[in-house]
Amino acid sequence: MKKKLAVLILLLIASLVWVGSANAQDTTPPTDDEVNAIAKQLFCPVCENTPLDVCPTEACKQWRDLIRLKLSEGWTEEQIKQYFVDQYGARVLAEPPRQGWYWLIYIVPVALLLVGLYILFRAYQTMRAPLAEQPAETHAPTGLPDEYLRRIEEELKKRN
Amino acid sequence: MSESNVTSRRSGVPLWAQVLVWIGLLGLLTVVALGLRRTQQGTVQPGETIPDFTLTLFSGYEYEGRNEIKFSEFRGKVVVINFWASWCKPCEQEAVELESAWRTYQKSGQVIFLGIDYVDTEPEARGYLTKFEITYPNGPDLGTRISQFFRIKGVPETYFIDRDGKLAYVQVGPFRSEEEIHAIITPLLNK
Repeated sequence: MKKKLAVLILLLIASLVWVGSANAQDTTPPTDDEVNAIAKQLFCPVCENTPLDVCPTEACKQWRDLIRLKLSEGWTEEQIKQYFVDQYGARVLAEPPRQGWYWLIYIVPVALLLVGLYILFRAYQTMRAPLAEQPAETHAPTGLPDEYLRRIEEELKKRN
Repeated sequence: MSESNVTSRRSGVPLWAQVLVWIGLLGLLTVVALGLRRTQQGTVQPGETIPDFTLTLFSGYEYEGRNEIKFSEFRGKVVVINFWASWCKPCEQEAVELESAWRTYQKSGQVIFLGIDYVDTEPEARGYLTKFEITYPNGPDLGTRISQFFRIKGVPETYFIDRDGKLAYVQVGPFRSEEEIHAIITPLLNK
């Protein structure tokens, strides 16, 4: 009976130690790299054009601390980013979300590039086309250019 | 060869593409112009009617037990809207004065103070409110929608709105004394 009790106590202690070590692993504070991995995807509206991971202001420091806090609470990267969007608007995201009007940011530049390429292509075609057709037009029996040529040739013959 | 054919071959670009390019260019210029205009406009100007907006309040800083208020429900009262942030050092200079002024007018029910916490984190914001013993309704500027409407340039900024819902005065930067606050509110109460 005593042996069973001793084994039971040992098991209890061992399980407590195991649980304790597991808890200790869970509460390991997030590293700076983990915080910055998320921070670099965000921009604070106060300091425009400076990513959060390198922004030196007090406001941005608080944001990084908040990311650290959320990570330590077990939040995922997506949850944290969504929290910041809910709090401060989608403009805090380095990469705007692919939804609603934000699609224009992705579509318009590509569309403009395609239209530009098409215009260049057509312009190139136009530049080449008259050169190919020029000889045929030069020898056309009628038309104003030929009349001019005839008169010029006459003038040249008179002078010679 | 007809004249239209000659024209289309000369331009090299179909009409629809030309129209598209011009529309795109005009659209781009419009967006740039609107952006520039907005930048140069500054904050909302006195005389402008403030349209309705909703403010979610921090727990412990509710208004009559509610954690969400609409600006329109304060029509008939003088409204003082203060934009602040816990990371803003100049905001600390006026925090005590604002709270003191609020306590002066609170009982009359003729004036309401609203604190709007701009681009802040809640733990630090709460610390700030506790530190300066602020009691008037306060809440975060969710999505920075309210500050974008007021076109604030920074914090602190304080907006005084008369009983008709029209902006009467804008204070950019901190108040240096409580008297400055009273000097703006008193004429609005007597109006």
